[in-house]
Amino acid sequence: MSARIGVVVFPGTNCEHDVVKALSALAGEEALAATVELVWHGERSLSQLDGVVLPGGFAHGDYLRPGAIARFSSVTDALARFAAEGGPVVGICNGFQVLTEAGLLPGALQKNSGLRFVCKSVGLRVCSTRTVLTGALSQGQRLRMPINHFEGNYTCDQRTLDRLRAEDCVVLRYEENPNGSVDDIAGVCNAAGNVVGLMPHPERACDMLTGALDGAPLLRSLLDAADQHASLPA
Amino acid sequence: MKFEALVEVRLRPGISDPQGATIERALPALGFDGVSDVRVGKAIRFAVEAPDEATAREMSVAVTDRLLANPVIEEAQVSVL
Repeated sequence: MSARIGVVVFPGTNCEHDVVKALSALAGEEALAATVELVWHGERSLSQLDGVVLPGGFAHGDYLRPGAIARFSSVTDALARFAAEGGPVVGICNGFQVLTEAGLLPGALQKNSGLRFVCKSVGLRVCSTRTVLTGALSQGQRLRMPINHFEGNYTCDQRTLDRLRAEDCVVLRYEENPNGSVDDIAGVCNAAGNVVGLMPHPERACDMLTGALDGAPLLRSLLDAADQHASLPA
Repeated sequence: MKFEALVEVRLRPGISDPQGATIERALPALGFDGVSDVRVGKAIRFAVEAPDEATAREMSVAVTDRLLANPVIEEAQVSVL
């Protein structure tokens, strides 16, 4: 069965086409029968999908706090059900902020410690390979990818941090901390590993035209996870 | 009756506040010495239609808990005027 991946668009989302293009191109290379489609934030059910991406941007203008209003879009309720049933979910940048606001991932993303908007390529290390975004990678693997954010300073209390470490929920760490994130965290997952949030943009590192290819193995892992989901009995 | 609510949202103690730190660093250059512990938050005002003050307060607290503050990094003080 062909896997269907939905890329959610809130008013103010601006990375959706990059994600669709990167995922479609990778699926084509692998000869995977996957369709990638945009999903409007008013959608009430995602049960027809095998994977969901919340792309970057400024959902609802980032008013109040990034992700704070997006959490009340009807698609977010549908997303919570999809995630609870084990569906693969990835939030990139603003999508990560939406996932924390929605309570689908622990912690919060604060203003960068240097109070600067950071837009550059950074070194990352893969810390967990049990997730829907890192299944095709190896532990400790180094990646280079762009970050592009003002509020990427991952924050949580000590108890949450202890739990994230104990349950293998830290997915990516920065090699050089660019924003003040606790424990150099660039990405985390839920306990089951099917919901992942990260600040770096893998979709912008899938073509040498944009300077790097290290995002491709991450998105390939997501395609694999969606493919597996599609072959599950309904 | 119409009540006015004022919600002050601030970062929890211990959460780093880069905006507050930047303001604090700028003050000595302007000749203000001895100012410390600068913290930046938000003030949100709204009107609430409710039969009495207690109900207005209850509604304002509910609005704050559900939307205005993120308990992971923020705390809020609700006043009803």
